[in-house]
Amino acid sequence: MTEVAVVGAGPAGLAAAVYAAAGGLPVVLVDAGARPGGQYWRQPDPALGAARRRPIFTALEDHVRAGRIRYLPRAEVAVLEPGAPFRLHLSPVTADAPAPPETVTATDLILCPGGYDRQLPVPGWDLPGVLAAGGVQALVKGTRTVPGRRAVIAGTGPFLLPVATGLAAAGGRVVAVCEAGSPWRWARQAHRAALVPGKGLEALGYAAALARHRIPYRTRTVVTAVLGEEHVEGAVLARVDPAGNVLSGTSREVQVDLVAFGWGFTPSLELPLAAGVRTRLDIDGSLVVEVDRDQRTSVPRVRVAGEATGVGGAVLARLEGELAARSLVAEVHRKPLRASALRGRIRRLRAFARALHEAHPVPAAWSRWLTEDTLVCRCEEVPFAAVRHAVEELSATDPRTVRSLTRVGMGWCQGRVCANACARLTADLTHTALTADALRSTARRTLAAPLDLSRLARLDETLP
Amino acid sequence: MTIIFDGRPLQVRAGQTVGAALAGAGIRSWRATRRNGRPRGLFCGIGACFDCLVTVDGQPGQRACLVPIREGMTVDRGHD
Amino acid sequence: MGASDVVVIGAGAIGAACAYFAALAGHRVTVVERGAIASGTSSGGEGNLLTSDKEPGPELDLALYSQRVWTGALAEHGGLWEYEAKGGLVVAAGELPGLVARQRAAGIVVEDVARPRDLEPQLSPAMTSGAYYPQDAQVQPMLLVAHLLRLARERGARVLTGTEVTGFLRDGERVVGVRTAAGDLPAHDVVNAAGVWAGDVARLAGVHVPVLPRRGFVLVTEPLPVTIRHKVYTAEYVGDVASSDAALQCSPVVEGTPAGTVLIGATRERVGFDRTFSVRAAASLARGALALFPVLERTKVLRCYLGFRPYCPDHLPIIGPDPRAPGLWHACGHEGAGIGLSAGTGSLVAQALAGAPTALELTPFAPERFPEQP
Repeated sequence: MTEVAVVGAGPAGLAAAVYAAAGGLPVVLVDAGARPGGQYWRQPDPALGAARRRPIFTALEDHVRAGRIRYLPRAEVAVLEPGAPFRLHLSPVTADAPAPPETVTATDLILCPGGYDRQLPVPGWDLPGVLAAGGVQALVKGTRTVPGRRAVIAGTGPFLLPVATGLAAAGGRVVAVCEAGSPWRWARQAHRAALVPGKGLEALGYAAALARHRIPYRTRTVVTAVLGEEHVEGAVLARVDPAGNVLSGTSREVQVDLVAFGWGFTPSLELPLAAGVRTRLDIDGSLVVEVDRDQRTSVPRVRVAGEATGVGGAVLARLEGELAARSLVAEVHRKPLRASALRGRIRRLRAFARALHEAHPVPAAWSRWLTEDTLVCRCEEVPFAAVRHAVEELSATDPRTVRSLTRVGMGWCQGRVCANACARLTADLTHTALTADALRSTARRTLAAPLDLSRLARLDETLP
Repeated sequence: MTIIFDGRPLQVRAGQTVGAALAGAGIRSWRATRRNGRPRGLFCGIGACFDCLVTVDGQPGQRACLVPIREGMTVDRGHD
Repeated sequence: MGASDVVVIGAGAIGAACAYFAALAGHRVTVVERGAIASGTSSGGEGNLLTSDKEPGPELDLALYSQRVWTGALAEHGGLWEYEAKGGLVVAAGELPGLVARQRAAGIVVEDVARPRDLEPQLSPAMTSGAYYPQDAQVQPMLLVAHLLRLARERGARVLTGTEVTGFLRDGERVVGVRTAAGDLPAHDVVNAAGVWAGDVARLAGVHVPVLPRRGFVLVTEPLPVTIRHKVYTAEYVGDVASSDAALQCSPVVEGTPAGTVLIGATRERVGFDRTFSVRAAASLARGALALFPVLERTKVLRCYLGFRPYCPDHLPIIGPDPRAPGLWHACGHEGAGIGLSAGTGSLVAQALAGAPTALELTPFAPERFPEQP
């Protein structure tokens, strides 16, 4: 029997792989990480000593040992070929990683590609010492490395809290957490937040940790510039109004050597898009995959679970992965699926996620913090002035045209870092709203990961 | 553990990636951008941004945040 | 919506060039584009201005005339679209085809290259002969279209994007403007520069132009230090361009860019408007590039994009007035040479619109040359 291919070994992918295997389906699990867990459940390198073992990691090991799951770590899918069967062309993430099988075929896909930090350009964000909040988390949790002595954590959303407390617990000094939003927005969403027990207690835990480490939590505060010559030496903090406009007279400089920005997460969509699925614009301004109540996409035999269906955290991702696998198992075995409790939990967590997004939007006036020199595209070093010129002088009305005219998004990262910001800027400059079409126009990446030319030359070897 | 960075030995801890090891040793940049020659090192930290590219054991274009440290490994700045 | 002298349908390279030269000649021009500027073929190619890949004949004449426009009337603006007289190198493992001699006789400047690796040190030693075409050049096609339109606007032209032509205004037999989703645009003349969709636009006027899409893929590598200095391709390329085969044809075309990436072409196949990634096409491109430049073996490919070339069955573009619908002109069907031929096409169309004799005879490009559709 051709396998079910699960891509991603974060909470969603792990759950999907384990439940599919438990249901008797042969699974191949492809993951870019060296250890299962993805971003949310990142495990430290084994050389750093034993960490808390989630039962699901043990379950994975059991299935792998029993031959029910073929686990391919440190591998990424460079090309996803739709068809019957699907063909996934793999590439090792680094040259020292063991070479995975070059091509994996599967009759069913459960794509759990997760997400990564959303980035907003700001003056000085290209200085060494500026990191994504998720990157700081990865360094601290995964390698027990503190990447700076004095840090400011800035952006919006609850993820700033564990980053700050984790960094402090590991020995870093956090001079402030800057939250662009305000707790009052939470009050409006309280009815939705109340749907999910346990979230309130979690917030309480962070409040205590912040107090213990003496980390000021400043609301309606943003970093409007990062200072330094060759690396981060300081940051400018300012108070803002609800739209993100800087309140005059409130700017002050702090001395730091690390700035961590967290503006929420953005889903990795290149593989679902390569499979041809339908997408929509989610409430947080991200392009996400449309799924039905069983995690099925618009493409037969393709299911998606986790952040790619809408950013909503680890617990939601894990439940979606379970649902995707169990719905597939039921389909294959032609048995009814009894999952109403599971679907209920998913619904409540999605509602909570929506409340979170509404309480922590990207401030509407964020582009006012930019100067003409601020880089929009880090890879190709394209300044804001070029994006503005493309719209105002060269008739660009959409992000794809901006990209073609300015090279924004045409470097190594192919727009992963800058495409969302470029789409927002284009919308701002053309006085239009951000649309799914605008995001889609630069979201497709047929080569989902860089591929050696010699490897590409062999790509059709397994074609009939 | 010792690795060789730009021809000189560097003490690092087991369990780190190349990116973490360099950042932890206070080395925050190891690349210069093509157009403006600006310094770059880690940014996203999880393999999405390709800012942290470094040459490892002669292989160019490796994401430093994804390469685990090994005893005696040579790490060199890329040439953009 | 006011009256204008000329409506140009399509804001790609051809439409932009027609608009620019028509505005320069004093016409009041409105460009109507249903998508974004250069959202068709013009954003799917590489920006080549070639004489090297053409057999002697009307298309080569047009290419040579176009070269004179690029380096003459348009020379002052070359910096805007990164015009680079890069030169093209055709190589062969063995003897060069007789085409080179015929091209020389037809007026193309071509130098024999006894040792191709003198010009391209990284070239495979299997390539033992070469011909160098100094007239081959490169532009950035998006910047070309954007700046031509901007220059046209500075001379009074209007550019309406997101506006689809839904029909033609007629006065008896005569075309007197277009209907759009945003209202009517009366005009004395309408130019159909709609690229791969030129056939659809012509049908709205009740005439047939047989423009069909011919898909091509391009691979883009990581940025590299200077590795390839010219556009380099094998002699088979010319045959592929001229072929009418519908099946996948691939012959390698490799060049470096100012941004450091290497572009790898070229495939041709007739698959309608299928935008699905073709593993076979991409793998063929990779193999072809490695045959020319084995040094690229470990080079990473970051991106693959595609485009649809608008071609006609006799491989010549359609340029000129349509006697079947007076007032309607066509400037389309340039296959993979649209960027290079845009300067000449735009200039000729403007001359013809003014009622002047054109610098080049347009008869070979006449819209009515095809047998009527049954």
